[in-house]
Amino acid sequence: MHKSSAWIHGWLLLLPAAALLALFTHWPIAATIWDSFHATPKGGRPAPWVGLENYQVMVADEVFWKSLVNNLWYGLGTIPLSIALAIVMALWVNSAMRGRTWLRMAFFTPTVLPMIAVANIWLFFFTPQYGLLEQVTGLFGIAGRNWLGDPSTALACVTVVAVWKEAGFFMIFYLAALQSIPPSLAEAAALEGASRAYYFRRVVFPLLMPTTLFVLVNAVINAFRLVDHIVVMTKGGPNNATSLLLFHVYQVGFSFWDTGYAAALTVVLLVILGSVALAQFFFLDKRVHYQ
Amino acid sequence: MKRTWQLMVAALATAASAAAAETEITFYYPVAVGGPITRTIDQMSADFERENPGIKVKPVYTGTYQESIVKALTAHKAGQPPTTAILLSTDMFTLIDEDAIVPFNELATGADDQAWMKSFYPAFMANSQAGGKTWGIPFQRSTIVLYWNKELFKEAGLDPNRPPATWKEMLEYAHKLTRRDAAGNITQYGVQIPSSGFPYWLFQGLTTPNGVELMNAAGTETYFDKPEVIEALAYWVDLGRKHKVMPTGVVEWGTTPKDFFERKIAMMWTTTGNLTNVKNNAKFDFGVAMLPQARRRGSPTGGGNFYVFKKAPREQQLAAVKLAKFMTQPERAAQWGIDTGYVAVRPDAWQTAKMTEYVKGFPVAAVARDQLQYSVAELSTHDNQRVTKALNDGIQAALTGAKTPEQAMKDAQAEASRILRSYK
Repeated sequence: MHKSSAWIHGWLLLLPAAALLALFTHWPIAATIWDSFHATPKGGRPAPWVGLENYQVMVADEVFWKSLVNNLWYGLGTIPLSIALAIVMALWVNSAMRGRTWLRMAFFTPTVLPMIAVANIWLFFFTPQYGLLEQVTGLFGIAGRNWLGDPSTALACVTVVAVWKEAGFFMIFYLAALQSIPPSLAEAAALEGASRAYYFRRVVFPLLMPTTLFVLVNAVINAFRLVDHIVVMTKGGPNNATSLLLFHVYQVGFSFWDTGYAAALTVVLLVILGSVALAQFFFLDKRVHYQ
Repeated sequence: MKRTWQLMVAALATAASAAAAETEITFYYPVAVGGPITRTIDQMSADFERENPGIKVKPVYTGTYQESIVKALTAHKAGQPPTTAILLSTDMFTLIDEDAIVPFNELATGADDQAWMKSFYPAFMANSQAGGKTWGIPFQRSTIVLYWNKELFKEAGLDPNRPPATWKEMLEYAHKLTRRDAAGNITQYGVQIPSSGFPYWLFQGLTTPNGVELMNAAGTETYFDKPEVIEALAYWVDLGRKHKVMPTGVVEWGTTPKDFFERKIAMMWTTTGNLTNVKNNAKFDFGVAMLPQARRRGSPTGGGNFYVFKKAPREQQLAAVKLAKFMTQPERAAQWGIDTGYVAVRPDAWQTAKMTEYVKGFPVAAVARDQLQYSVAELSTHDNQRVTKALNDGIQAALTGAKTPEQAMKDAQAEASRILRSYK
């Protein structure tokens, strides 16, 4: 085969995937960036070019800054907590014990449930006075709280829901990784007299690193993507205490119909996610040990 | 066999002139899941088709109000809008600004059409007209009322058949109805006004009795920082933070009826649309009353209107007007009110045999109607959702103690003025 025909052959094989990616990913990104430099078209008139005005509006937009800060706390809460919980659950259901299948299923259930349903269930957990949480804290004589109605606790509450939803999903990946670790390693460690904690820290955890990287990438994306429960539980309230970046984008785009400004906000979201992903792949990848 | 028949009909139809073709109208209706309401709408559409051969109605169930307007406006921008849709009455200015709808005056020009447009309660038309034109026809409309638990009233030594008539009385009652356990924790609150999601609407149940409107009829000005508005907000905030007769912080709208069923609150403010829900789920005797008055009586209206979309072909638009007329006939408006708990939208619906019978057996159904004479338009301006958000944020900031009522309303007004400056 000629070199050039091999070259064409290769591109032809790539074409279907590349075309779909371009159509549904690259083109929308380019269009969004283009739109972010325009004002919002009203009533069929074309959108005028406004340059960086949408970005200047953003700098002055308190709700944007509030959402950004909230999102950072939300990420700082959901990412480590859901990963740690996933590892603990995976270790637990990986051990030989009775009812293991049931436990695995129980841990995985939150992943299967739609987020809107989950949010509706948790809404009643957090309900003041007779909600599940109140009944439990009431047993210990702790005074009732309005968990979702108080700006100091509302963000933590929606973070907990996200962790609960995600951890089971990540557990599945860790479980698969744990089962691929040869048992001979554990036996060797036991012969050498290594404690279980030492064995986990120096053998298991490093071997899980490729999985951790994959899970971490997903957890970061989810920290910016998982906002369905906000719509059901708080609608960003009280007074924007639970407004996250993507929720703000939705509100600006589809409640206020300010598509130009929504495009500018989306670009910011893109830049954040893009740079985090790049950082993860370039810096973290070097520290990951692949077998 | 059926296939051949269809083919023959299709062939005939193509042969026939275009005038004989059926007019199909798409009808967006805001409901999230199937159930009794979709069955009623399907039934009404089928009845309409029987009465109007040549018109086909295709109801599309489009989720919540918010999802419905997103779908309708996106379809409009793509050039394929529905013919007609039930959307929030407060979205009128948004729909006008997007050039998405046509006024009914343009489509319904006959003498009986004029009479039809005048047949609704004026309180409902306040949110349906702008610039001298009628843009929406009231269909499923509601208002806020006070529900009270008669058993808890009795336990507190209050007359179970006498709801609070004034703000002062409501506060006194609420004090008597608030209970604490041995440790001093509150186990039962006197009153609850929910404040999540759309607190501005409930807030209008306080500002209207306090003798002030939140916006002008043209939707270009708001009055959030008037002293009466600040006073109304202070009353609301004090119920929770000062008098401790209402839960503090933001109270969830969705769980409020449940709080009421669980006897955790003795009085609640919520929509008349919850009437059927309360009737079916309250395990105690309850009453329904008009909102208490301060300077006057009053409550905002709420709910959805018929709109007709501009980009639809004219014959479809005319068919949609026929549909709106059909669905708002007195008999049907009465049945709709009985089935759903919404307020029947025109006075003559309340005089039908069906409705008088219903009210005789369930008198509280008429409370919302009687309150209509004191009702005002729900907050609606240009760039509506953005302006309402400014007010919502201000209310929540005050209720959670982040700002004083005065500061919160001044900030909300400043934000609203900034948003509305281009519409002056």
